Amino acid sequence: MRRLREMPGRLKAASIGVMLGLLLFASPNVNAQPQPPKDFVAVDETAPGEQIPAIPLVATAYGFIWVVLMGYVWSLGRRLRKVEGELAELESRRKPPFAEATGCK
Amino acid sequence: MSAFFRIVWIVVKKDITVEVRSLELLSTTIFFAITVVLMFSFGLVVEGRAVPDVAPAILWIAIAFSGTLALGRTFERERQNDTLRALLLAPADRPAIYVGKLTGILLLLALVELVLVPLVGLLFNAPIFAHPARLALALMAGSVGFCAVGTLFAAMLVRARSRDVLLPIMLYPMTVPVMIAGVRGTAALLQPEPELAIAQFWLALLATFDVVFLTLALWTFDPVMTD
Amino acid sequence: MTRPTLYMLALAAGMFAMAPWIINAAPNEATMGLVYKIYFFHMPSAWMFLISALVAGVASARFLFFKKATADGWAVAAAELTVLFGSFTLVTGPLWARKAWGVWWQWDPRLTSSLVLFLMFVAYLLLRRFGGPGSDKLGAGMAIFSMFNVVFVWVSVNYWRTIHPPTTVVPTLPVEMGIPLWYCVTAFTLLYIVLLRLRARLEHQRTRVDALYLAEES
Repeated sequence: MRRLREMPGRLKAASIGVMLGLLLFASPNVNAQPQPPKDFVAVDETAPGEQIPAIPLVATAYGFIWVVLMGYVWSLGRRLRKVEGELAELESRRKPPFAEATGCK
Repeated sequence: MSAFFRIVWIVVKKDITVEVRSLELLSTTIFFAITVVLMFSFGLVVEGRAVPDVAPAILWIAIAFSGTLALGRTFERERQNDTLRALLLAPADRPAIYVGKLTGILLLLALVELVLVPLVGLLFNAPIFAHPARLALALMAGSVGFCAVGTLFAAMLVRARSRDVLLPIMLYPMTVPVMIAGVRGTAALLQPEPELAIAQFWLALLATFDVVFLTLALWTFDPVMTD
Repeated sequence: MTRPTLYMLALAAGMFAMAPWIINAAPNEATMGLVYKIYFFHMPSAWMFLISALVAGVASARFLFFKKATADGWAVAAAELTVLFGSFTLVTGPLWARKAWGVWWQWDPRLTSSLVLFLMFVAYLLLRRFGGPGSDKLGAGMAIFSMFNVVFVWVSVNYWRTIHPPTTVVPTLPVEMGIPLWYCVTAFTLLYIVLLRLRARLEHQRTRVDALYLAEES
């Protein structure tokens, strides 16, 4: 919270005060909120003939998660291997000069 | 405190002076806003008459599009002459620079809205003179919220690549509450029988959003703009 | 990969492999039948989605305000996982809703907030990928704003309409349904921790590679 301390004191106080004031102003108006409509009908009241088959939906849902998850783990593994390879190569390029300079291998 | 507002005033005066010379930003942004409204009119007119209750939505979308354009081009101007770096190097309070740029853009957007609102009222038969003060307040609160976030992001993106498309990508999801509250509040005011209590509720929400995001922007402007 | 991470990965993988049997053993729900079983993966995904957004916001704040360089790696990792688990939530949700509510999508507070949060983190990833130098600070600023914004999106949409099941559905679940649910929550949490650590490690290694390249040039 260094930023808060560094802000000019009056500006900080003003912004906090205005925030609180507006929240207080807003609270009585909560009663004026528009009422949500109550006209939704639950699906289970429809006839069985109109029901949508569940298995494709469930299969798609789980299938999607599995496929994308596998794909992500594979992609992450590939990226990690690539970076670690680069890192190893860079580190090995740095070491030999020291070994040569000190004369030990 | 007075030093803060002096810096703000200097930045605003600079922007106004530069703009007044050519009026490039103002004229092109106003014309762009008009074309946006016209595009919507052509899209939403059925049997020669506008679909009812679309005026608030079109108004706010036009404001959002024009605002994004104005933001991008204001900072493009700064980037071309590298004046933003000069501004940041100056021994001025950084939040003051932010507020100065914000005020300049708000003034520009206010002038654009002065043209937009009567146009939308005309084309979509919206009763804009029923409660003009409340309507003006709602527009101002929404514009401040939109521009507060927009100025920060546009300033942040000045040195970034792909900044033209990144600004709307970042800005539009972030200003969803402003859009929702602005459209709902304006819609409540432009009804045949205006619902003043509901409009007041949305206005209060807009005001809270403005304060919170202005404060956040003031906090983050400095660390974000530091190299 | 460190030893604890390896163990957690093995455990998470094992739990996920077992999950189909455990979920299958749960009874069908009275009104929704089979389709409610999407919930067992949908809810943990939603929790990880929201938690990850929070982690990204906090890490970004630490990076931006407290200048902790490694925090940026955690922020990127958390942002990527937010998008991953967000995609799970936003795909499984409508699939369930299609049967349960009859529509694919509704503009109620929870759905809208989730969608907007998801979009904000997609924008974050696009910014990090295409924004060029300096986009780490920009992204951090954006992530902090995203965290605060979720509240506002929620409140503003809340006064429209609500048909999402209330959160209290969890405590009132019968035991036979509660066990698979908490099993899946555990599996997802383990998975999240493992993925976060691995992804953050990737980011930190990339930073080291960049630093080494820079040292080579000079």
